Amino acid sequence: MNIIINGQAENIAGENLSVAKLLALKNVEAPDMVSVQLGGEFVPRADFETAKLKENDTVDFLYFMGGGGGGGL
Amino acid sequence: MDFTDEQLERYSRHIILKNVGVEGQEKICRGRVLIIGAGGLGSPAALYLAAAGVGVIGLVDGDVVDRTNLQRQVIHFTPDLGLPKVESAAAKIRRLNPDVRVHTYHTLALAHNIAGLIKDYDFIIDATDNFPAKFLINDACVLGGKPFSHGGILRFDGQAMTYVPGAACYRCVFTAPPPKDLVPTCAQAGVLGAVAGMLGAIQAAEALKYLTGIGEMLTNRLLIFDALAMNFRTVKMRRNANCPLCGREPRITGLADEARPVCDLKNAKH
Ligand SMILES: [Zn+2]
Repeated sequence: MNIIINGQAENIAGENLSVAKLLALKNVEAPDMVSVQLGGEFVPRADFETAKLKENDTVDFLYFMGGGGGGGL
Repeated sequence: MDFTDEQLERYSRHIILKNVGVEGQEKICRGRVLIIGAGGLGSPAALYLAAAGVGVIGLVDGDVVDRTNLQRQVIHFTPDLGLPKVESAAAKIRRLNPDVRVHTYHTLALAHNIAGLIKDYDFIIDATDNFPAKFLINDACVLGGKPFSHGGILRFDGQAMTYVPGAACYRCVFTAPPPKDLVPTCAQAGVLGAVAGMLGAIQAAEALKYLTGIGEMLTNRLLIFDALAMNFRTVKMRRNANCPLCGREPRITGLADEARPVCDLKNAKH
């Protein structure tokens, strides 16, 4: 299946792929730290298992970025 | 507003910009920008806005300057250790540009004071380092109808988006703060100092574009960059109908404080 992940065209093996499965395939270790946009719509976290990808979909993983420096960014 | 010869000289590189001109510089000089957080993002943002001649710069920060700050918080110098960050930053702004009026608020932005802090400003810069503050700033700005710039950094990565009333808000993208146990602790994370500078400068540019009304704001887009690959991209987005704040059925109608992370690197166990 051809999909565009984070702006890059990729071919992912498998049919009926869920967002949760794609996150696992792409080695996203903490899915709770990522917001997923599929075809221009945000996927509610509760729907990661049920939301499915189809041919030519565009998917973006948007990571929480807050601090890191600590003591004032 | 009548510029003196000195001001025409000081701001000449703005004034010769076709989109800015004397009128744009006047708008900057009448502008009021509040910077919440006088750290890694707030330092460069404050310096550029001061140099640009923003009329009033407000600084909100409850911290004092610590040695670990000096690697990236470029408005604070070694002799400032122990000073409130807002005082250290205000002193530099005044030396850089005496045209600028600086208001300092030596406090955290919290649910009980944030509406009062933002109300007299045209544009707000979220230069904070934690999610409770980022969500609070978003909620206060959306509920108060104030435009603001979100900025976040982690290690070598940065992200930014701008909210103006009617556009997608931070909660449209990130519904609620992430689980606390997943947020990298101070000892695990870290940030390349220059990455903070890049992002703070982007936030200052957004504030100046807003004040002058030029260009396209970073609205309905999330800018993401990776400084290791030096790769930038923007992800388009729309308002989220399920947003708990600005969606069809808002669940958040007021401001509340969430627990803040305790971040003390000196006491962190490695
Ligand atoms: Zn929203």
